Formats: sequence, structure tokens, C-alpha cells
Amino acid sequence: MNIIVCIKQVPDTTEVRLDPKTNTLIRDGVPSIINPDDKAGIEAALQIKEKTGAAVTVVSMGPPQAEKAIREALAMGCDKGVLVSGREFGGADTLATSTTIAQAVKKLDYDLIIAGRQAIDGDTAQVGPQIAEHLGLPQISYAESVEVEENKVVVKRQFEDRYHVLEAEMPVLITTLGESFTPRYMTVGGCFDAYREKEVAVWGYQDLIADLSEEEAAEFTRNIGLKGSPTRVKKSFVKEAKGAGTILKDITADEAVDAIIGKLQEKHLI
Amino acid sequence: MDFQLSPEHVLLKEMCASFAENELKPIAREIDEEERFPVETVEKLGRYGFMGMAFPKEYGGQGVDNLAYVISIEELAKKCLSTTTIYSAHCSLCANPINQFGTEAQKQKYLPKLLSGEWLGAFGFTEPNAGTDSAGQQTVAVLDGDDYVINGSKIFITNSAHADVFIVIAVTDKTQKPSRACSAFIVERTTPGFTVGKREEKMGIRASDACELIFENMRVPKENLLGKEGQGFKIAMQTLDTGRVGIAAQALGLAEGALEETIKYVKERKQFGRPIAAFQNTQFTLAELRTKIEAGQMLVYKVARMKDNKQNYSVNAAMAKLYCSQLASEVTTKCLQLFGGYGYIREYPLERMMRDARITEIYEGTSEVQKMVISGSMLK
Repeated sequence: MNIIVCIKQVPDTTEVRLDPKTNTLIRDGVPSIINPDDKAGIEAALQIKEKTGAAVTVVSMGPPQAEKAIREALAMGCDKGVLVSGREFGGADTLATSTTIAQAVKKLDYDLIIAGRQAIDGDTAQVGPQIAEHLGLPQISYAESVEVEENKVVVKRQFEDRYHVLEAEMPVLITTLGESFTPRYMTVGGCFDAYREKEVAVWGYQDLIADLSEEEAAEFTRNIGLKGSPTRVKKSFVKEAKGAGTILKDITADEAVDAIIGKLQEKHLI
Repeated sequence: MDFQLSPEHVLLKEMCASFAENELKPIAREIDEEERFPVETVEKLGRYGFMGMAFPKEYGGQGVDNLAYVISIEELAKKCLSTTTIYSAHCSLCANPINQFGTEAQKQKYLPKLLSGEWLGAFGFTEPNAGTDSAGQQTVAVLDGDDYVINGSKIFITNSAHADVFIVIAVTDKTQKPSRACSAFIVERTTPGFTVGKREEKMGIRASDACELIFENMRVPKENLLGKEGQGFKIAMQTLDTGRVGIAAQALGLAEGALEETIKYVKERKQFGRPIAAFQNTQFTLAELRTKIEAGQMLVYKVARMKDNKQNYSVNAAMAKLYCSQLASEVTTKCLQLFGGYGYIREYPLERMMRDARITEIYEGTSEVQKMVISGSMLK
């Protein structure tokens, strides 16, 4: 059995501050970590590995320094890594990112793909499901637990006030919740094996289009990087703290309606 | 010279820091107050590979170098010296001499269990009348058929209340000069005639246990002789050389941990309307301590590298231990002073760190012994 875990290296947002002038994240000097939901995905994969002997490959897209996140995953027990890196992929939104990662995943063998629910520096929760769409795979998001039974996965999926138990034949993609899988530490020997015994392949643009026809390559090229990203960030801003609200007590329903309408008119909202 | 850590050492340092933060720090005060041996943490140290750190993979070790070993001790000691003592005594003083001097059969029998953490190790050398004057050993081993019969006692033996395997030094030939009179034995806890006695009540590292060992006609099979007869003193001295590198790293880590706590505190604590970090006394004290820590770290990393390169590191180990253990006392004392009244309160970590620091100047050779080793090499 082959498992692919998709991970992202993110700034540790617990230590990030916003630049009050530009409203952008100050990333200087902030440590980079494996996105917590993705680290849960690694743990989920390693638990399956322990039971089934599956091989676990870690895939990440990012700048060259994202290799460190992959090495950390290898030190936790994953078997090999692929870093998808190149200027052509830069400036990607979730669609362009998932297009790129899906193309990399196509070059690998897989039965199960695991992605974290969402990244703490974007919170979109889109890349995992989009990869499944690109690959034409069934997907189960928000996984609290995963069991592998022969050629199927049985997943407990978190839902608003309950959970669903879903079953799907592999190949399948699931997304994992950080709070449901406490990631193990790296091991002592694992830290060294990650660099000395295990391999991280670095794939650039040329590697990804190598097996494509000219037309396919042209389409892939249109859909990656900044130019393949339809999303535009219109505005980013810091939320201002709300003042304390007004509580109206002991009034009738009619009085409450009048009070609310009055407030809305006062603010020229209606 | 390359002062840059390799990427694998950096990753290991991060791993150890995260382990120490999550597993050691939260219970450090509790296990000190209760004088409780942290069984749960020791189990995890085994699971994540610490207990077999710098040992060959063929015996179940992690196959990493001595620099990695000292980095791990340094990181753990930042948060809890008791736990670090358990770990470093196990590796340096028990698994290490078996790996260095053991026969293939001894290594096959003992190392896999020790290196996985299934078994805990200890080292019995100090006696009531043989501390710094280590040649005054009175425990005696007499060959009788296929066994050595051992009688005597040891004191202050780290890990002894929980250890499964002990390295025990005993006199085998009183007629020889002290350096050739002793032999080393691998002794299992279950050996008839072996009793672990009273647990000492200590000033610091109170979660690590130190007990008396009593041997009454304890029969140890001949094949458990470690090295050759008469090599016990040599084995003990070489084992302590390794141990000293570990203690130096412990003291270094403890000093760094105390300084980290203090930096946080002085930024928060306000007096005269300003954080006390704004006062020059605070700034100069911190600057001086940080500089000394940097120097101590160089001594420790250098001696680890010398050991990795198979150079003779005995004198450098003594220097690193002498400097760093005195530094740990200085740093914890001065940091406690910056904490003021709160430093003296047990809710804050400084008083525990200051008590813990004191042992690093004593165990595995006092500061005075280190000076004897260093000056002895100069005045030959």
C-alpha cells in the first residue's frame, strides 16, 4: 500500500505579528513549522504504516527551504519525500497549487492521499479537496479517524453536531484534523536518517511536464503559478475590536422589533 | 574550524527541545517536590531513541555521534536536570562501558534491552570510604568455581532503585597496585545476594534516585566479568571520562535554561515603573552570563567532537566539566538574584535549578578532581 501525505511549511502563526502599516504578516525571524493539520496527516499515515506496512511519501510545494519540513516528516518515520519547487509555481492560489501538486502526485503510486484540513496561514481548506477533483478521486474531508480495511478506508468525519462514518474504496483522498491526531516526535535516529539514509527528490517545472503531450503541457502551464491563479486578494485588514453591545431586557416582542429597526435606521442601514 | 551544526544536528536539537518542553517541563516541579522517579518519561525516552543515542545500530542503538548526544543532554537539562541525570547515567555509565569493553556475547545479551530503554542501567563505583580517593575500594570479588563471589557495598548510586543492570567495580587482587587491583562486573538486579538499600534524601535532582547497593555473597557468573581481570580501574576511569562530558552538557543546559527563564522574567517584572530588563545591572549580568555560556558550549561541543574523532579527550572532558558545573552554579545563583523574592519561592523554577546545579560540581568527580586531572596532565 502507498500513502501520499501532502504537507505545507508555514510560519508559526502563534509567533507572527502584523505590520500595522502594511497589514501584512511580519515573517522575518518567525520559525517555520509543518502546518498542524498536515502534521496530523503525517501521524494518521504513520499509524496506518504501523498496521499495514504501507510506504509513506511526503509531498510539498514550496521554496527550497521547505525541504526542512519534509526532512522532519522523514524523521518522524515517513519513507521518502518530494519537494515541488520552481519559480514557475510561485504566486499560486489554491487552484494553481492543487493543479501543481496533483500533477506531481500523478507521477507517484498511491492508494491513499492524506492532506491536512487547512493551513494556518491561509485557512482556505481548499487544496486537499481540489487535488481530489484534479485526480478524479473520491474525497472525505475533516477526518477524525481513519481505518484501512482491505481495499477500503473507513473514516469518521467530523460534522457540526455529530460525526459521519464513511467508507470509500481506495484510491481516495482524505483531509485530517489537527486536534484528532496527536503527532509523534521525531526519533533521535530518525533525525539523522532523514538526511543520511532517506531521499528527498526535488521536482521542478520540467520534471512535471516531462510525461505530458505538448497540449497537456501548455494547459498545465496556463494553470500554474500567478497566471494560473484566478483568486485576487482585494483587501486585507485587521479586524477592529467590537465595542460592548447593548442588551435590552424585559421588553415585549413589538418593543424589540421597534428597537432593532430604530437602530438600523439610525445607522442608515435600512 | 567549522562552528556550524549540520542540518541533522539542528533537527535533533529541535526535536529534543520540543520533547523537553512537552514532556519534562510540565512535571519538573512536581517530581522534584514528590521525589518521584518519572517512570512515564523514562519510557518515552526509550521509545524515541534517547536511551540508545550514541550506540551502534546493530545492537539497537540510534547510531548517532557524541555531538548529538551532548546536544540532547543540553536540551533536556534546560527543563529538568533530574530526568537528564537518569538518562545520562544510563547511557554514559552503563551502556557505554558494555559497548566499549564488553565481549560480543555480553553486548548481544545486554545492549538491545538497554538501548531500547526496556532495561535501565546504573554504575556502582563510589563507596563509603572510596569517593575522590577512588583507589580505596573495599568491595571484594573472589573467584569460586565458575562464579565470582562479591561482598561489600556502594553508595549514592544513580538510577539504582529502578535499574535492571549494574556495572559494579570490585577488588579482585589486593596484592596489585590500586590501578590493577579492581575488576568490573555486569550485575543483574535479580542476582541472589544483591540488595538495593536506602534511597538518599538529596538537596537537588530529587526525582533521580541514589541508593546504597549491598552485596552479600553475591554470585556473579564468570562470563559477566567486563574486560579482563585487573582492568576495573581503567574501565571506571574511562567510563567517568565519558560521564564527565555528559555532566558538562547537563550543567551547560541547566545554565541556559535558567538564563532563558530569567530573560522572560526581567521583561515582565516591573519596578520603579520600568521592566527590570531596562536596568543596567540586569543587562550587564545577563550579558556576562550569556558570554560565559557561549564559552562553555564551545568546551562541551569540542570535547564531543574530539571523542567522535577518536582523539584523547580525557583532559578536555575535565575542563568542560569543571567550567560548566561552576558556571551552572554561578548562573543559577545570579539569575535567582534577578528574580529577587520570587526566585526564592518554590513556585518559580529558579530555586530548583539552583539546588540542582550544585550536584554538577560534585558527581562523577568533584571540581577538585577535575583540577587534579587537568594539572596532572600539565605537570607530567
